[in-house]
Amino acid sequence: MIIDHPLLGPRDAQEFVYLGDADLINRPDWQAEDAADAFHDYLYLRDNPAGVHRELWYHEQGDRSWLVVTRDTLTHEISKVELARDVARAQGRGR
Amino acid sequence: MRYSGWRVIKEALTGHKGWTPAWSDPEPKDHYDIVIVGGGGHGLATAYYLAKEFGQARIAVLEKGWIGGGNVGRNTTIIRSNYLLDGNEPFYELSLKLWEGLEQDFNYNAMVSQRGILNLVHSDAQRDAARRRGNAMILNGSDAELLDTDGVRAMYPFFNFDNARFPIKGGLLHRRGGTVRHDAVAWGYARGADMRGVDIIQNCEVTGFRIEQGRVLGVETSRGYIGASKVGVAVAGSSSRVMEKAGMRLPIESHVLQAFVSEGLKPLIDGVITFGAGHFYVSQSDKGGLVFGGDIDMYNTYAQRGNLPVVEDVIESGMALIPALGRVRMLRGWGGIMDMSMDGSPFIDRTSVDGLYFNGGWCYGGFKATPASGFCYAHLLATGRPHEVATAYRLDRFRTGHMIDEKGQGAQPNLH
Repeated sequence: MIIDHPLLGPRDAQEFVYLGDADLINRPDWQAEDAADAFHDYLYLRDNPAGVHRELWYHEQGDRSWLVVTRDTLTHEISKVELARDVARAQGRGR
Repeated sequence: MRYSGWRVIKEALTGHKGWTPAWSDPEPKDHYDIVIVGGGGHGLATAYYLAKEFGQARIAVLEKGWIGGGNVGRNTTIIRSNYLLDGNEPFYELSLKLWEGLEQDFNYNAMVSQRGILNLVHSDAQRDAARRRGNAMILNGSDAELLDTDGVRAMYPFFNFDNARFPIKGGLLHRRGGTVRHDAVAWGYARGADMRGVDIIQNCEVTGFRIEQGRVLGVETSRGYIGASKVGVAVAGSSSRVMEKAGMRLPIESHVLQAFVSEGLKPLIDGVITFGAGHFYVSQSDKGGLVFGGDIDMYNTYAQRGNLPVVEDVIESGMALIPALGRVRMLRGWGGIMDMSMDGSPFIDRTSVDGLYFNGGWCYGGFKATPASGFCYAHLLATGRPHEVATAYRLDRFRTGHMIDEKGQGAQPNLH
């Protein structure tokens, strides 16, 4: 697979480490009433879709940026690659 | 029809006209006591033991394609009982004991071959870990022997013992481990279940569950609605997709595991070997092909094919262990979809819906577990209580902190 890095251009997927569902950047509020349940679901449950999947890849053998890659789990086709930083900022998070 | 040597001779003398189909092709009925979703190894074994050991009747197995067409047909056929943790090892030991008597039990030649599994060690730390694992295995009724370098050399003189980076320091030998003819497992269980009145319904995809007031009433299928008092799902590889229809999210990711077969060779490897310094395992099939595999591809996928970097990694590991492999040509490779769970261990449990049960999360260890998985799932479905060796395989174990993390990797499914 080739991942089209937003800053570096097309890179071989071998340069990356895979983490999992991109929802992992949405860490629950630890002070919420239901924090224990929310963290259980956050840590251990997955949608695991057959089809379009947004997921986190880390460019370990490159610029060490985290990417949010939109990829089809049935065909391995990659339709979108974003910097995780930008995704978080668009949600109004981060500095 | 009972199979035997005499039957083979009789049929040979009478033109093989007396053989009957090994299982029938019934139309689905309106209602069953127990419906098993998934006609793979685990589903068929469950139906078989439900009928044979737990006296249940009116059972159906629903399969969306043909039976045995999933992971029981796409594995490296290894059976073993060499786990470390208390939650696992008694279960796998039960499984190996069932394998040992399986062919007589279901009257089908599954070619169970206890040819021994050798897990190599390459450092003092690995030897300590192997000794600990071996002791845990022996404590749970399994067998284990720690070999030194000379012991390994006597078995497999062609290893690269003096690899500069990963010299072979010995190995943990599990003599009762081995291989089985995988398709015959599905066929044997299917035939045994069919003989005991189980309806095996192929080309029947479950498209939804009918659930009212927290209780399952039946399943919607591509061949119409089928009522059921109890529904047992056993669809590892597609667990998330099926259970989503019942409104559940699972602690599972789907990943692809590749495996490979070489051209046929003269007898070279008479057991199963695992390399300890990378992920590589190999055995030789009765047809002579070397059957080998390694790591999963690491990313979520439902495509039954992998990518080239893992092929390269597996073959590099193989070359590091057995330099002679460099002259062998690879014949084919394939990929199977694994339910990778959050701690690397499976689930055999009831769910939040009354009457709906779940069996899955087998990671890449589902094949060896087939008999015990079927037996324990049948126990749960028939009695409502988990079998004593499967009490740890609960769906809520992450909530309560009772993970069974053999590799100690945490909630990172692709690392188990």
